Amino acid sequence: MNVASRLFSLIVLVAAWYAGSEIAGQRMMPGPQTVGLALWAEAQSGALAFHLGATLARVAIAFVIAMAIGTALGVWMGRSRLADRLADPWLVALLNLPALVIIVLAYVWAGLTETAAIVAVALNKLPNATVTVREGARSLDRQLDEMAQVFLMSRWVRLRHVLIPQLAPYLAAATRSGLSLVWKIVLIVELLGRPNGVGFEIGIAFQLFDVTRILAYAIAFVLVMLAIETFLVQPIERHVSRWRPKAA
Amino acid sequence: MSHAGGLRQLDVSIKRKSYRSAAGGTIEVLRDMAFTLKAGAVGALVGPSGCGKTTLLRIITGLDADYTGTVHLPDHGKLGMVFQEPRLLPWRTLEQNVRLGAPEATDADLDALFVALGLAGHRHHFPGELSLGQARRVALARAFAVRPDLLVLDEPFVSLDAALAKHLQDELAALVTSRHVTTLIVTHSIDEAIGLADRLFLLSASPARVVGEVPIPRPRAPHTAEELAKIRGEIARVSGKASQ
Repeated sequence: MNVASRLFSLIVLVAAWYAGSEIAGQRMMPGPQTVGLALWAEAQSGALAFHLGATLARVAIAFVIAMAIGTALGVWMGRSRLADRLADPWLVALLNLPALVIIVLAYVWAGLTETAAIVAVALNKLPNATVTVREGARSLDRQLDEMAQVFLMSRWVRLRHVLIPQLAPYLAAATRSGLSLVWKIVLIVELLGRPNGVGFEIGIAFQLFDVTRILAYAIAFVLVMLAIETFLVQPIERHVSRWRPKAA
Repeated sequence: MSHAGGLRQLDVSIKRKSYRSAAGGTIEVLRDMAFTLKAGAVGALVGPSGCGKTTLLRIITGLDADYTGTVHLPDHGKLGMVFQEPRLLPWRTLEQNVRLGAPEATDADLDALFVALGLAGHRHHFPGELSLGQARRVALARAFAVRPDLLVLDEPFVSLDAALAKHLQDELAALVTSRHVTTLIVTHSIDEAIGLADRLFLLSASPARVVGEVPIPRPRAPHTAEELAKIRGEIARVSGKASQ
């Protein structure tokens, strides 16, 4: 039933796409078949794997950096009132700075380099992770902290078995919203100042008005992210929440 | 304040402990709280609710360092603690919970504890799958698994039904007897204290201090009605004398 309804929804989407391309014409809105063939051709030539790989690597590195620093900052701000008061204005400023401004400034200040690209993406994701994790750190259980103290648990044990499990739902939320945010920003970074990646390819296709290629790359990337969600994020989440009593 | 180990016995001498209240005044919780507990003995702190027993335990366990006085823990000062709430990590199994609290415990020791506390079939369960009574047993297992120099229990049977509390009390008595752990138990139940302790420390209302000590003859053995009446008479006499 579950699979059937998902399949039905997908078929409706493809049908709507067909209808749209019939009405708008192949140039403005190429049909699924044309896009599928273009995708196949890009895959055959190796270009697809190359650009997808470049983009995924940037997504992964920027995501890991943003989550690591964002989590540390969030825990610190959630636990210490002083830290919260000191860092909050910076956080609000960063949260409300448009992604494009951060990207352009990073390229201006650091040049059109890989480092500038990664830093720009990480800076865009960072405040979002911090705010989410701070919420989690504010609701940490003091009683478990005291227990860990009396039983002389090491820092590592406290981190791994007491702190992180309490933050897990917040880390999961930050990961979910983070992955989709990061890959969208990576594409803009690539469009503006990188010689490879999905964003770069879409930029070229835009200049040539090649809608087929734009759609082909967009679909390829969505499929990859869907696979990551299904085969990586969800299994991890199931494992992490295995202790929760199942609803009857 | 000073907090140290090294002596054989537990030595508590707290001159003063007070809190800043929300309204801005200070509330004195403990004053001239002093007692010693011999190595291997079980002491019960008995007093009215809200007299500062939990605060006293927080000082002894090192969770609260803001007091005037001294506390000497027995031997190396290794602590095993059973809090009022079980305080287990809900995302770890029973066995992991015990092992995280007592990383040096041997497999044989854990097996023996799990059997003694009727937990053998639950080792791989998560705390959320247990009743409160079972969760309390896990907390007991964790505290004993440490092989503590001092075992501290804060109202370990509160909010259990009477039959279950009695059952758990017997299990605890058996463990304490077989392992010779210096034990300090806080309770508001005189029956519980008489059933477990070698010596009762009677506390006054807040600010709390020890108003008298009552040794229990033949500790942790079933007492006759006559003995019980005698012990209760002694408790009434000591606390009555203090209030005059």
